[in-house]
Formats: sequence, C-alpha cells, structure tokens
Amino acid sequence: MNNDYLSVHNLQIAFDMGSAGVQEAVRGISFSIPDEQTVALVGESGSGKSVSAMSLLQLLPDNARIHADSEVRWGGQNLLRLRGDAMRRVRGKEIAMVFQDPMSSLNPVQTVGAQIAEVLRIHAGLSMRQAQARVLELMDEVGLPDPRARARAYAHQLSGGQQQRAMIALAIACEPRLLIADEPTTALDVTVQRQIIDLLVRLQQTRRMSMLFISHDLNLVGELAHQVVVMRQGVVREQGSAQAIFKSPQDPYTRALLACRPGLGAQTQHGGQGRRRLPTIEDLLDVQSSPQANPQSNSQSNSQSNSQANSQANSQAKRNPNLEVKGSTVSAGAASLSDPLLQVTGLRKDYVLKAGLFSRTRVGAVQDASFTLHRGRTLGVVGESGSGKTTLGLMLTRLVPHSAGQIRFAGQDLTALTAQGLKPFRRRIQIVFQNPYASLNPRFTVGQILMEPLRIHQIGGSDAEREALALQWLERVGLSAQAFGKYPHEFSGGQRQRIAIARCLTMQPEILVCDECVSALDVSVQATVLNLLLDLQQDFGLTYVFISHDLAVVQHMADDILVMRAGEIVEQGSAQALYANPQHPYTQQLLAAIPRGFDAGRERFAPGVASSP
Amino acid sequence: MNASRSPGLWVMAWRKLREDRVGMVSMAVVAAFLGLVALAQLGLIASDWQREVATPFAPPHWVGPSTDAVDVQTQSEGAPMLEISDVDPLASHYEAWTKATAQIGEVSIEKSVTRLFGADRIGRDVLAKAIKGAQVSITVGVAAALMATLIGTLLGALAGYFGGVIDDVLEWLYNVFNSVPYVLLIFALAAVFKSGPMAKLFSNGIAPVVIILSVVGWTGIYRLVRAEYMKHRGREYVRAAEAIGVSHVARMFGHILPNVSHVVLVQLSLHAVSFIKAEVILSFLGLGVSMDMVSWGTMLSEAQTELVLGKWWQLVAATGFMACFVTAFALLTDALRDALDPKLR
Repeated sequence: MNNDYLSVHNLQIAFDMGSAGVQEAVRGISFSIPDEQTVALVGESGSGKSVSAMSLLQLLPDNARIHADSEVRWGGQNLLRLRGDAMRRVRGKEIAMVFQDPMSSLNPVQTVGAQIAEVLRIHAGLSMRQAQARVLELMDEVGLPDPRARARAYAHQLSGGQQQRAMIALAIACEPRLLIADEPTTALDVTVQRQIIDLLVRLQQTRRMSMLFISHDLNLVGELAHQVVVMRQGVVREQGSAQAIFKSPQDPYTRALLACRPGLGAQTQHGGQGRRRLPTIEDLLDVQSSPQANPQSNSQSNSQSNSQANSQANSQAKRNPNLEVKGSTVSAGAASLSDPLLQVTGLRKDYVLKAGLFSRTRVGAVQDASFTLHRGRTLGVVGESGSGKTTLGLMLTRLVPHSAGQIRFAGQDLTALTAQGLKPFRRRIQIVFQNPYASLNPRFTVGQILMEPLRIHQIGGSDAEREALALQWLERVGLSAQAFGKYPHEFSGGQRQRIAIARCLTMQPEILVCDECVSALDVSVQATVLNLLLDLQQDFGLTYVFISHDLAVVQHMADDILVMRAGEIVEQGSAQALYANPQHPYTQQLLAAIPRGFDAGRERFAPGVASSP
Repeated sequence: MNASRSPGLWVMAWRKLREDRVGMVSMAVVAAFLGLVALAQLGLIASDWQREVATPFAPPHWVGPSTDAVDVQTQSEGAPMLEISDVDPLASHYEAWTKATAQIGEVSIEKSVTRLFGADRIGRDVLAKAIKGAQVSITVGVAAALMATLIGTLLGALAGYFGGVIDDVLEWLYNVFNSVPYVLLIFALAAVFKSGPMAKLFSNGIAPVVIILSVVGWTGIYRLVRAEYMKHRGREYVRAAEAIGVSHVARMFGHILPNVSHVVLVQLSLHAVSFIKAEVILSFLGLGVSMDMVSWGTMLSEAQTELVLGKWWQLVAATGFMACFVTAFALLTDALRDALDPKLR
C-alpha cells in the first residue's frame, strides 16, 4: 500500500531484567497504519500492544532493547533511529499520544490551560497570547464546557472525562497526523467512555488524522476501527479489516476473544440452573499446540498447571463428597420467594467531611437501600464509580460501619450485634475483592492463607485435618496441590482470584459478596472465573451479591438487579425484565453506552466509517 | 502430599544480597567487627587493655621510638655537696632494710618504646583500647537501635492501625519529644539517669547510655512505621483478614508487620550507625560510658588534649576503626534495602 502513513516491520522488543535474564515482549510484529484510518491493536495484558505503541515515540524505559532489524518507516525515515531534536520534532507535532489514566498524565501543579499552551509554544512557536487564544478554541473543540474557566483549573478540579478531554486537546493541539490512543477509556465509566469514543471518532474524521487505538475490548474496537491487529504474547495472531475480523475471524484466538465475553441480550432464559457456561480460551485453542496457553502465567510450568487447572474446572470432574456448604440442602433453582435469606431495610452510610473549622458536610455514600435476597439466587448490583455499590457490599459484610438501617440475616439483625456476637455470622457472609493482587497477603503462602480462617473458626479438629481440607478446597477451585506451599506472587491474576474464592469457601458461607471480582482480569480469564462461580453456586446453593460496573457480566450472572446512582437505588427488578425494558432513564443511558461491537459501530458512525480498502 | 515449598522472603533476600558485591564485602567487614566484639566480650582479646605496657606516648612501630622521652638531668657544678646521712634520722635503719629487700626477687618490667598503633598517656596499648572500645561502642549502638526500633514500631503500629484518639495521643507524645532540641534532651536525660535519683538503679555501665539514646531516637521510626500502617490498614488483604474474623492484634503483627518489616529492618541498621556516632559524641562530652571503661568516644575525648602535644595516633586509631565500621554498616544497610524491597507484590 502506498498511502501508508506509518508502517512497522519486524518489530522486536525485549526487556533486560538484569539477573532475571532477558524477557521478550514483542517478537517480530509488522503492521501499517494507512492515512486517515483507525487501526486498533487488540490484546490481553502481556500481549505487547502498549510496548509496541510506546516504541514508536521511543518512550520505552531504559532497559528495553529493540532489535537492530526492527524498523518503523515514517516519511522515508526510520523512527527508531531518530535521536535528540529530530525525535522531539516528531513527538507531539507529527505523532501525539493519549494515555490510559488521565489523572496521572496531567501535571497536578500546572493549570490545564498552561499545559496545552506549552505544547503550542514549543512546536508551533506561538506567543503566550496567541497560545492562550488557541487553547480556548481547542478546549471548545473537544467539548469542554466553559473553556475559559476550565483552562484555569487544575487537573483534580476536573472529572475523569473532562481530564481525558483535556488530554485529547493537548494531543491534537499541533494537528498531528497520527494519534496514538493507549487504552484511553479503560479508567473511565461506561457512559463517559461512550462520550470519549464519540469524540475521538469525530476528531479523526474532521481532522483527517490516522489513529492507532490500543484496547483490550474487542466490542469497543469494533465500533470505531477500520483495521484490527490482534496480538497475543508479542505475536500478531491475526490482522485485517474490521469487517473480516468480526465477520469471519480465522484465528482461533480471535474467535475465543469474541466468544468468551458475555454478550448483552444474548441471554433469554433465566433461573439459576439453566445458565450457560462461557466458552474459555482453552475450549477454543488447542492446548497441545501452544504450550504457553495462558498469557498471564510467569513460566512454562505455571502455564501448564494453569491450563490443566482450567480444564479441571471446566470438566467439573472434581466433586469432592467431603466438601459441603451449609446452603446446599436447598436446591439452587427452587428458591422460594417466601424464604428471604437477607433483608435490608433503609440502610445508609454517611461520610462526614470537614468543610471548615467547625462546619461539617454529610456525603451520603449509600442512601436508604432496601432489598431482599433469596437463598440460592444472585443479586446483581450495577452502577458507575461513586455510586456506592462497593460501600453497600462492605456494609453487608460489616467491614464498614453503617449509619442507619437494618440488615436482617436469618432472622438476626446484624447491625445490632457486638464485635463478639458478630463472629459466628462473619463466616456465613463472605466477600471476594476486586483486585486479587491486593487481597492476598504477599507474605503468606497459599497454605497459610487457606488455613487461617479454618483455625480462627475452629473448623477441623487438628492442623493435619485442616491441611487436608485446605487442599480439597484448592482442588475444588481448580488449582493443584502444588500451589499449597507457594506465595501469591507466583500465580496469575485468575489463579489468585481462585485462591481468594477458596479462602471464602473454607468457611462454608451462605452468602458470597463478589465486589467487582472479575474486573481486574483479562477477558479470557474472566470467563473461567465466572464459570467457576456458576459451578459453585450450583453445587453448594450459594447466594451471590454480584457487584460490578459491567452490565454484560451482571446480566450473565444475576437473577435480580439493583441499579445504583450516587448512593441511591434508582431501579430494581428481575434481570430479565430490567434488561428487556429499562424504566429509569439512567438505566437506559447505561445500557445504551455499552459497546456492542462491529455492527453497532457501522450504524452509529455510518457515513464516516467506510469499509476499508 | 508432595506440595513444593517456595523460597520465603528471607531466602530470596539472601539470594539477591549474594549478587551484590559491595554488599557482601561490607557484610564481611561488619561480621569481622562483630567477631571482635564477641571475642572481646568473652575476654579472649583486649581484656588487658588497662595494663601499662609501654612508655607513655610510645609511638607506632613505623614512626620509631620518640626522642624526647629521655630525661635530661642537669647538675649544677661547684655547689657544696651534702652527705644525706648526716641529717637523715633513718640512716641507721638502711642496712637492715637493704638486707630484707635482698631476699625479695625483683622483676623489672621491660616497657616497650613503640607499639603497633602506639600507646596513650600512661602507656596503654592503643590497639587494645580500640578493640575494647569497639566492643562498648557497637554494643551500645546496636542495643540502643534495637530498643528504639521496638518502641517506635510498637507505638507506630498502634497509632497507624487504630488512628483516632490513640493516634492523637501518640502524636502529642511524639511532638513533645520532637519539640525539644536533640542535644538538650540528651543532656536532660543524662542528668536524670546518671546523677539523679535514677542513677542508683543502673550500674554505671552502658545501660544509661542505651536508654538515653533509645528514648531520644525512637521518633523517626515511629513516624515511618505509622505511615506504613496507615497505608496498609486499608489494603484489601487486611480487609479480607477482617472479613474472615482475624483479631486486631493478629492483623497488626501477623498480617501487616511482615509486609513492613523491610522498612523496620532498614531503620534498625540506620539507627545503629547513628547511635554509634551519638555514643561517641556523648562520651566525648563526658556523658557517655563510665570512667573506667573505654569507648571510641572516650578515646577521642582523650585524643583532644594529646593532639596538642603532637600525639596523634590515638585519634587516628579511634577514627579509623569507627569509619571502617560505620561505612561498612551503612553500605550493608543499602544492600539490605535493595534485597528486601518487596518487588514481589
């Protein structure tokens, strides 16, 4: 193709890890970015997509080693060879970048306007006065309301979406011909993500830029990309036009990525047992043909044990008769509505903020939440950041003191109990946290982690008995006995989440609060953890409170749904009814904001996005 | 069950430390010093440091014997000589005494005119003093650092973990200690512990110095540990521990402490270094160890007057020993910090 703006040939990048050896991040990838088109680089964590993008502007850390054969052709030059001033002229002026986290990419001690003006003065040689005028135009163009006031604001005075808009204004200030957007919406709420995506697509079309869009989310990419490059472990698995990738994917990995995301509206029938399992990467990829089956694993052996673990969980072959959870006597599907396990009435949480020397303001994190939870069912709690859904989960587990209201659990008001009286109830309501990297003590072995709750609640007569129990639970969540003596850092994210789930299960809880428990995981790993949760519910009749910002995942998991906004429950009802016919405008807005992939993108941006040449 | 065990924190830290050449050399130096301290403590070496084995101010070997040591007797000629027995009332007894003393053997001590590191004012060997001084100084430094770390960690953990009123009270305590100038506080405590009513409680050994230094020095550790605990108490793994019903004490010391232990350990060794220096200052000012002991500080204090006379070797020996040990210890601390840094999340 002659009209390529930039083309990458055989890019190989490795990181020198000192004594730990050299780690290959990108193993010879090639792709090109045509003029005025959007190319999406898609992959899970560790696929090398961000590293590849960073290398274009030489923004890699010092220990990165780029192979001598690698080449990035750009206007007759090799970008990887440019040094000093030549590189500086490219950065910001020819090729600009938008980063993932807008809060940390903006300088907190400079006003937003000053930062945008700086790039104009460096590259466009504008005077201070000219630059300021141009800043206001740019801020208006990216849709920041009241640009004059926003230009004088500091980063923390803007919302996340406004920060990202400011970052985009900064990036397009010198009219670059290529915009690199590295996961620009991952840190943002779904409704804000929608706005930013619309903005990027509009700018790309009106300014006739090329765009390199990096993302882990295929559905999102499908809406805006002309070309898609699917990466995995530093290798391009498949590339082609968006049409080809979404309509007839050739590579099994691409097919797996498309299949293992729960899709919106795909589900018709509900009722606990009839829920379909998600296909996992291992189902679609031949494990034998690619030994490094899991992108997360640190080493070959880990990878094998992981895929083995997954297949164990998938086959559901491991059913240990010794393991039982209290709720198992009630069959999961036959939960009767007359048997509420948990009844919450008028639950509130107020945070008191100091507003001055003597004045205090109250912020209601959760306001008058009332709902009922039935045994063996799953309650989905949906909302954006700041909606109070996590606070609600923490109050249910009594990890955060409540301000008012009642939590009746099996006839007992938990809010009236003392710390001592609460102890027997603690084990019956357990919580799985969002980030498996943070929720396991890094200084404990897996064995210590699993045996600690057993000791505290005096389950099992002796330590030997507890060890045997812990090993059984480990096996039940799909990990081998090898894991017992290892430390959490030796496991991948999905494996760690399994350990966290096993820790809860050792206490045989009746209610499991899952607080964004798959949000930090890659798409393929998400599927395996969700499948595990469904299996456990079926086997033990567990009751879930499933908290998530991801409406597609919640729809896949939940029987009933609460929608929260700014601490208030704005809508609740059965999942089926709510997704089919959302009543509250906010719910409708949330549902509309979810990326729906290729077809939806063609409708939305129809005139601009032509099928690729 | 054939569950494999993974290397724990300390094994991994040791592996990392072994790759650090500077760290290993400084560790060898520190180990050699600690060996000296142990031997001196057991009385195997330098136990006779108080013996006057050389002529006063005997210089080091390589300088050679001093020339100004010989007394020059002057006789004034021409003066009338006086026979002393004419006026001595005891003269008649001399014969008997001479007889009596003839039966007692007499050993004349051969005092050396040079020593390896020279000798001090009364002819004590400077090398032996420096080794004995190392024992006292290092023991004081390490004991005071251990005690200060214990106080700082305990209070810091309480303040950081619980927050609220406990934190307020401990912050006030911290501010009181921090608002008094460092040296003034040492003087005040020295007055109480060494000559006040408390003096009788302690033998005049190193205990008062250890207490003074640790009571003055815990504040920095407290601040750091408090900050670490504040950071960790909100972490999900601590929340998760609460959810499974772990008690406060177990959460503070079973869960959080191993995760901040690298901070505590590095502070411990940093403070050991600074307390060794502080002991030197205290002894130099006369507030340190008692008169019949020797430390690097008392040696420096003596060297001050000797230096005026041109006798520099005691100063060189004391500062040389101290510089070697303190530098090696500080480098070891740096290497430890690198080795213990929890890259493993």
